Amino acid sequence: MADTLEKKEAEMTEGVERTRAARVYTPAVDIIVKDKEVLVTADMPGVDDKSIDITLEKNVLTIYGKVDVGVPEKYRATYVEYGVGDYSRSFTLSEEVDRQRIEATVKNGVLKLILPMAEAAKTKKIEVKAA
Amino acid sequence: MLLSELTGLTRGGRHGWGSYDTVQNRLRQMQEELQRLFSPAAERPAREYPAVNVWTNEEEILVTSELPGVNSEDLDISVAGRTLTLKGSRKADEAQEDECCHRRECRYGNFARAIDLPYEVDGAKVSAKFAKGILTITLPRTEADKPKKITISSN
Repeated sequence: MADTLEKKEAEMTEGVERTRAARVYTPAVDIIVKDKEVLVTADMPGVDDKSIDITLEKNVLTIYGKVDVGVPEKYRATYVEYGVGDYSRSFTLSEEVDRQRIEATVKNGVLKLILPMAEAAKTKKIEVKAA
Repeated sequence: MLLSELTGLTRGGRHGWGSYDTVQNRLRQMQEELQRLFSPAAERPAREYPAVNVWTNEEEILVTSELPGVNSEDLDISVAGRTLTLKGSRKADEAQEDECCHRRECRYGNFARAIDLPYEVDGAKVSAKFAKGILTITLPRTEADKPKKITISSN
């Protein structure tokens, strides 16, 4: 359990450098596959609808949350148990997702993405003929 | 002082070799103390959920905690003397029969944590704010506990 308490810093892609000084963390996610959609939940405390960026390029869906790393003024840090920084994570989508109807909502620092399955991709039953 | 205790232990002293546990504990303590000495707020990962950051000045304490997915009505904050207690729960969405879970990294369920404060605070004046999944609690120091400036009178 102990290791799951710590926020995981995002790994840098080789050859890519960041332009912002903030640290970047990998948000914890839940991925639930339902009959007609895929539900992605990502914990991104400090992020709201204005500071989140979702991009879809080819089949890679990237979520990026900008967090205000302001340190409270006139205070001294006494214990620091978690770091504050941006969030970033990418997912590879399968062909079945209907890209036009992807929905995203943010509430209490949690991002919920609904990725609906494209009509054609819904489970097709293949009949086996007896030869 | 710790150092002399340790050397006392390793030399055997009056009680012979201290038990391994004691030496190890002492070493850990020394290490923590050194860490505190050189970087007053080195990041130390939390041992309990939720992780908190504590900020202080002479007048008040600021405690922040990341609680994604928790509703403010499910949070219970209380202060008694120098202890702040945080309790709450995060409800998971009801699982349905037709779904399957590919990844489950988010944390759900109940949590409770007691935090030791650096000084006594005025429970009646504590205020808390919860926004974007981040809880911020401001705890003002009790009047009696505030450092007093002593003026020197010259005759």
